[in-house]
Amino acid sequence: MALDRFRIDDRLIHGQVVVGWGQPCGLRFLVLVDDAVVDSDWERELYRMGVPPEIEIRFDSVESAARHLESYRADPRTGMLLTSDIETMRRLVAAAPGIRAVTIGGIHHQQGRTERLRYVFLSPEDEAALRALAAGGVTVIAQDVPGATPVALADILAGGGTP
Amino acid sequence: MTPNSARALVMGHGEFAAGMISAVEQIAGRGDAFVTLGNSGLSPGGIESRLREALAASGARVIFTDLPAGSCTMAARRIAKAEGDITVVTGATLPTLLAFALGADAREAAERGREALLVVEGGGGT
Repeated sequence: MALDRFRIDDRLIHGQVVVGWGQPCGLRFLVLVDDAVVDSDWERELYRMGVPPEIEIRFDSVESAARHLESYRADPRTGMLLTSDIETMRRLVAAAPGIRAVTIGGIHHQQGRTERLRYVFLSPEDEAALRALAAGGVTVIAQDVPGATPVALADILAGGGTP
Repeated sequence: MTPNSARALVMGHGEFAAGMISAVEQIAGRGDAFVTLGNSGLSPGGIESRLREALAASGARVIFTDLPAGSCTMAARRIAKAEGDITVVTGATLPTLLAFALGADAREAAERGREALLVVEGGGGT
Protein backbone atom coordinates (compact mmCIF):
# COMPACT_ATOMS: atom_id res chain seq x y z
CA MET A 1 0.00 0.00 0.00
CA ALA A 2 2.83 2.43 0.94
CA LEU A 3 2.20 6.11 1.52
CA ASP A 4 -0.88 7.03 -0.46
CA ARG A 5 -2.82 9.35 1.81
CA PHE A 6 -2.02 13.04 2.15
CA ARG A 7 -4.27 14.71 4.72
CA ILE A 8 -4.73 18.30 5.83
CA ASP A 9 -6.02 18.29 9.39
CA ASP A 10 -5.55 21.08 11.90
CA ARG A 11 -5.74 18.57 14.75
CA LEU A 12 -2.90 16.50 13.22
CA ILE A 13 -2.68 13.33 15.34
CA HIS A 14 -6.08 12.68 16.93
CA GLY A 15 -8.83 10.12 17.26
CA GLN A 16 -10.04 10.16 13.66
CA VAL A 17 -6.52 9.59 12.37
CA VAL A 18 -5.24 7.02 14.85
CA VAL A 19 -8.47 5.08 15.38
CA GLY A 20 -10.90 6.12 12.64
CA TRP A 21 -8.42 5.63 9.80
CA GLY A 22 -5.68 3.80 11.61
CA GLN A 23 -7.52 0.64 12.51
CA PRO A 24 -9.69 -0.10 9.44
CA CYS A 25 -6.99 0.94 6.98
CA GLY A 26 -4.18 -0.79 8.83
CA LEU A 27 -2.03 2.32 9.08
CA ARG A 28 1.48 1.39 10.17
CA PHE A 29 3.24 4.71 9.80
CA LEU A 30 2.37 8.38 10.00
CA VAL A 31 4.45 11.25 8.67
CA LEU A 32 3.73 14.51 10.48
CA VAL A 33 5.03 17.43 8.41
CA ASP A 34 5.30 20.62 10.43
CA ASP A 35 8.27 22.94 10.62
CA ALA A 36 7.50 23.91 14.23
CA VAL A 37 6.77 20.43 15.59
CA VAL A 38 9.91 18.96 14.08
CA ASP A 39 12.03 21.44 16.06
CA SER A 40 10.32 20.83 19.42
CA ASP A 41 11.22 17.79 21.55
CA TRP A 42 8.11 18.33 23.67
CA GLU A 43 5.73 18.60 20.73
CA ARG A 44 7.18 15.47 19.14
CA GLU A 45 6.79 13.58 22.40
CA LEU A 46 3.21 14.85 22.78
CA TYR A 47 2.23 13.42 19.41
CA ARG A 48 4.32 10.27 19.85
CA MET A 49 2.46 9.44 23.06
CA GLY A 50 -0.86 9.61 21.20
CA VAL A 51 0.10 6.95 18.71
CA PRO A 52 -0.32 3.24 19.49
CA PRO A 53 2.81 1.09 19.40
CA GLU A 54 1.92 -0.61 16.13
CA ILE A 55 2.08 2.72 14.28
CA GLU A 56 5.43 4.38 13.68
CA ILE A 57 5.43 8.17 13.61
CA ARG A 58 7.97 10.20 11.67
CA PHE A 59 8.45 13.96 11.94
CA ASP A 60 9.59 16.09 9.05
CA SER A 61 9.91 19.68 7.96
CA VAL A 62 8.57 20.43 4.51
CA GLU A 63 12.12 20.31 3.20
CA SER A 64 12.99 16.96 4.78
CA ALA A 65 9.62 15.46 3.85
CA ALA A 66 10.27 16.32 0.22
CA ARG A 67 13.64 14.56 0.46
CA HIS A 68 12.20 11.49 2.18
CA LEU A 69 9.03 11.16 0.14
CA GLU A 70 10.35 8.58 -2.30
CA SER A 71 11.45 6.30 0.53
CA TYR A 72 8.05 6.71 2.22
CA ARG A 73 6.36 5.78 -1.04
CA ALA A 74 8.54 2.68 -1.32
CA ASP A 75 7.69 1.57 2.22
CA PRO A 76 5.51 -1.54 1.94
CA ARG A 77 3.52 -0.55 5.02
CA THR A 78 0.38 1.58 4.77
CA GLY A 79 1.07 5.18 5.68
CA MET A 80 -0.51 8.61 5.90
CA LEU A 81 1.14 12.03 5.68
CA LEU A 82 -0.36 14.90 7.67
CA THR A 83 -0.09 18.66 7.60
CA SER A 84 -2.03 21.00 9.84
CA ASP A 85 -2.79 23.58 7.15
CA ILE A 86 -3.23 24.09 3.45
CA GLU A 87 -0.12 26.22 3.06
CA THR A 88 2.17 23.50 4.40
CA MET A 89 0.64 20.96 2.02
CA ARG A 90 0.94 23.43 -0.85
CA ARG A 91 4.63 23.90 -0.10
CA LEU A 92 5.15 20.15 0.04
CA VAL A 93 3.35 19.59 -3.25
CA ALA A 94 5.56 22.24 -4.83
CA ALA A 95 8.74 20.72 -3.38
CA ALA A 96 7.88 17.10 -4.08
CA PRO A 97 6.18 16.61 -7.43
CA GLY A 98 4.01 13.55 -7.75
CA ILE A 99 1.44 14.17 -5.03
CA ARG A 100 -1.75 13.70 -7.00
CA ALA A 101 -4.45 13.73 -4.33
CA VAL A 102 -4.96 15.57 -1.07
CA THR A 103 -7.72 15.03 1.47
CA ILE A 104 -9.04 17.69 3.80
CA GLY A 105 -9.72 15.86 7.03
CA GLY A 106 -10.52 18.85 9.19
CA ILE A 107 -10.05 22.62 9.09
CA HIS A 108 -12.08 24.01 11.94
CA HIS A 109 -13.60 27.35 12.76
CA GLN A 110 -11.45 30.43 13.16
CA GLN A 111 -12.22 34.07 12.69
CA GLY A 112 -12.42 34.89 9.00
CA ARG A 113 -13.37 31.36 7.96
CA THR A 114 -16.75 30.33 6.57
CA GLU A 115 -18.29 26.92 7.16
CA ARG A 116 -18.25 24.84 3.97
CA LEU A 117 -18.76 21.45 5.54
CA ARG A 118 -19.34 20.43 9.15
CA TYR A 119 -15.59 19.93 9.51
CA VAL A 120 -14.26 22.34 6.88
CA PHE A 121 -14.14 26.10 7.44
CA LEU A 122 -12.30 28.18 4.84
CA SER A 123 -11.10 31.75 4.45
CA PRO A 124 -10.91 33.33 0.99
CA GLU A 125 -7.15 32.72 1.11
CA ASP A 126 -7.71 29.05 1.95
CA GLU A 127 -10.09 28.71 -0.99
CA ALA A 128 -7.61 30.33 -3.35
CA ALA A 129 -4.88 27.98 -2.15
CA LEU A 130 -7.08 24.94 -2.71
CA ARG A 131 -8.00 26.14 -6.19
CA ALA A 132 -4.31 26.62 -6.93
CA LEU A 133 -3.59 23.06 -5.80
CA ALA A 134 -6.34 21.76 -8.06
CA ALA A 135 -5.12 23.87 -10.97
CA GLY A 136 -1.75 22.18 -10.54
CA GLY A 137 -3.27 18.78 -11.11
CA VAL A 138 -3.93 17.74 -7.52
CA THR A 139 -7.30 16.19 -6.77
CA VAL A 140 -8.66 17.81 -3.61
CA ILE A 141 -11.42 16.14 -1.65
CA ALA A 142 -12.80 16.38 1.87
CA GLN A 143 -13.42 13.27 3.96
CA ASP A 144 -13.13 13.18 7.73
CA VAL A 145 -13.61 9.45 8.39
CA PRO A 146 -13.43 6.37 6.14
CA GLY A 147 -17.19 5.81 6.15
CA ALA A 148 -17.99 9.35 4.99
CA THR A 149 -18.67 10.13 1.36
CA PRO A 150 -15.73 12.00 -0.20
CA VAL A 151 -16.68 15.54 -1.22
CA ALA A 152 -15.11 17.04 -4.34
CA LEU A 153 -13.51 20.48 -4.18
CA ALA A 154 -16.24 22.11 -6.27
CA ASP A 155 -18.83 20.81 -3.85
CA ILE A 156 -16.78 21.89 -0.83
CA LEU A 157 -16.55 25.44 -2.16
CA ALA A 158 -20.24 25.46 -3.00
CA GLY A 159 -21.13 24.14 0.43
CA GLY A 160 -23.00 26.11 2.99
CA GLY A 161 -22.39 23.92 6.00
CA THR A 162 -23.78 20.59 4.86
CA PRO A 163 -22.20 17.38 6.25
CA MET B 1 -23.62 20.63 36.02
CA THR B 2 -22.95 23.42 38.49
CA PRO B 3 -19.56 24.91 37.69
CA ASN B 4 -18.88 26.22 41.20
CA SER B 5 -19.12 22.76 42.79
CA ALA B 6 -17.12 20.97 40.11
CA ARG B 7 -13.86 19.25 40.97
CA ALA B 8 -12.97 18.25 37.42
CA LEU B 9 -13.64 18.77 33.74
CA VAL B 10 -14.66 15.96 31.42
CA MET B 11 -14.05 16.48 27.71
CA GLY B 12 -14.35 14.09 24.81
CA HIS B 13 -15.71 13.37 21.38
CA GLY B 14 -19.38 13.80 20.54
CA GLU B 15 -21.59 13.49 23.60
CA PHE B 16 -19.07 11.42 25.55
CA ALA B 17 -18.81 13.83 28.47
CA ALA B 18 -22.51 14.59 28.82
CA GLY B 19 -23.38 10.91 28.51
CA MET B 20 -20.83 9.81 31.08
CA ILE B 21 -21.87 12.42 33.60
CA SER B 22 -25.56 11.72 33.12
CA ALA B 23 -24.70 8.15 34.12
CA VAL B 24 -22.69 9.37 37.13
CA GLU B 25 -25.69 11.45 38.18
CA GLN B 26 -28.08 8.55 37.76
CA ILE B 27 -25.89 6.12 39.69
CA ALA B 28 -24.43 8.30 42.41
CA GLY B 29 -26.21 11.62 42.26
CA ARG B 30 -22.85 13.35 41.98
CA GLY B 31 -22.86 14.70 38.46
CA ASP B 32 -22.18 18.15 39.88
CA ALA B 33 -18.59 17.08 40.52
CA PHE B 34 -17.90 17.67 36.83
CA VAL B 35 -18.15 20.24 34.09
CA THR B 36 -18.76 18.58 30.71
CA LEU B 37 -17.30 19.77 27.44
CA GLY B 38 -17.32 18.59 23.83
CA ASN B 39 -14.87 19.19 21.00
CA SER B 40 -17.21 19.17 18.00
CA GLY B 41 -16.36 21.74 15.38
CA LEU B 42 -13.45 23.19 17.34
CA SER B 43 -9.94 23.83 16.14
CA PRO B 44 -7.07 22.79 18.43
CA GLY B 45 -6.89 26.37 19.67
CA GLY B 46 -10.64 26.40 20.23
CA ILE B 47 -10.49 23.23 22.30
CA GLU B 48 -7.72 24.68 24.43
CA SER B 49 -9.64 27.93 24.92
CA ARG B 50 -12.78 26.06 25.97
CA LEU B 51 -10.79 24.05 28.51
CA ARG B 52 -9.03 27.13 29.89
CA GLU B 53 -12.31 28.99 30.29
CA ALA B 54 -13.88 26.06 32.13
CA LEU B 55 -10.86 25.66 34.39
CA ALA B 56 -10.99 29.34 35.28
CA ALA B 57 -14.74 29.32 35.88
CA SER B 58 -14.79 26.15 37.98
CA GLY B 59 -11.47 26.20 39.76
CA ALA B 60 -11.04 22.53 38.84
CA ARG B 61 -7.49 21.25 38.41
CA VAL B 62 -8.26 17.81 36.99
CA ILE B 63 -9.23 17.06 33.38
CA PHE B 64 -10.64 13.71 32.28
CA THR B 65 -10.57 12.89 28.56
CA ASP B 66 -11.73 9.95 26.50
CA LEU B 67 -8.93 8.97 24.17
CA PRO B 68 -5.13 9.13 24.62
CA ALA B 69 -4.65 10.21 20.99
CA GLY B 70 -7.61 12.57 20.99
CA SER B 71 -7.56 16.30 20.37
CA CYS B 72 -8.99 16.94 23.83
CA THR B 73 -6.10 15.09 25.42
CA MET B 74 -3.58 16.98 23.32
CA ALA B 75 -5.10 20.28 24.40
CA ALA B 76 -5.30 19.22 28.04
CA ARG B 77 -1.65 18.16 28.03
CA ARG B 78 -0.60 21.49 26.55
CA ILE B 79 -2.44 23.27 29.38
CA ALA B 80 -0.96 20.91 31.98
CA LYS B 81 2.52 21.70 30.71
CA ALA B 82 1.89 25.43 30.83
CA GLU B 83 0.07 25.53 34.17
CA GLY B 84 2.05 22.97 36.10
CA ASP B 85 -0.69 22.00 38.59
CA ILE B 86 -3.20 20.36 36.23
CA THR B 87 -3.69 16.59 36.25
CA VAL B 88 -4.89 14.90 33.07
CA VAL B 89 -6.48 11.45 33.10
CA THR B 90 -7.13 10.02 29.66
CA GLY B 91 -9.00 6.87 28.73
CA ALA B 92 -11.59 7.79 31.36
CA THR B 93 -14.44 5.33 31.87
CA LEU B 94 -17.61 5.37 33.92
CA PRO B 95 -15.97 3.53 36.84
CA THR B 96 -13.15 6.08 36.75
CA LEU B 97 -15.55 8.99 36.93
CA LEU B 98 -17.73 7.37 39.57
CA ALA B 99 -14.72 6.79 41.79
CA PHE B 100 -13.66 10.40 41.41
CA ALA B 101 -17.18 11.66 42.06
CA LEU B 102 -17.26 9.63 45.27
CA GLY B 103 -14.05 11.11 46.60
CA ALA B 104 -11.09 9.36 45.03
CA ASP B 105 -8.24 11.50 43.75
CA ALA B 106 -7.34 11.40 40.07
CA ARG B 107 -4.75 8.64 40.37
CA GLU B 108 -7.01 6.44 42.51
CA ALA B 109 -9.91 7.00 40.14
CA ALA B 110 -7.79 5.98 37.17
CA GLU B 111 -6.83 2.80 38.99
CA ARG B 112 -10.51 2.01 39.75
CA GLY B 113 -11.23 2.35 36.04
CA ARG B 114 -8.37 0.04 35.13
CA GLU B 115 -9.49 -2.55 37.70
CA ALA B 116 -13.06 -2.50 36.39
CA LEU B 117 -12.12 -3.75 32.94
CA LEU B 118 -13.19 -7.38 32.66
CA VAL B 119 -13.63 -9.79 29.81
CA VAL B 120 -16.32 -12.40 30.37
CA GLU B 121 -16.12 -15.18 27.81
CA GLY B 122 -18.08 -18.32 27.17
CA GLY B 123 -20.60 -19.09 29.86
CA GLY B 124 -19.36 -16.34 32.10
CA GLY B 125 -18.10 -18.70 34.79
CA THR B 126 -14.87 -18.24 36.70
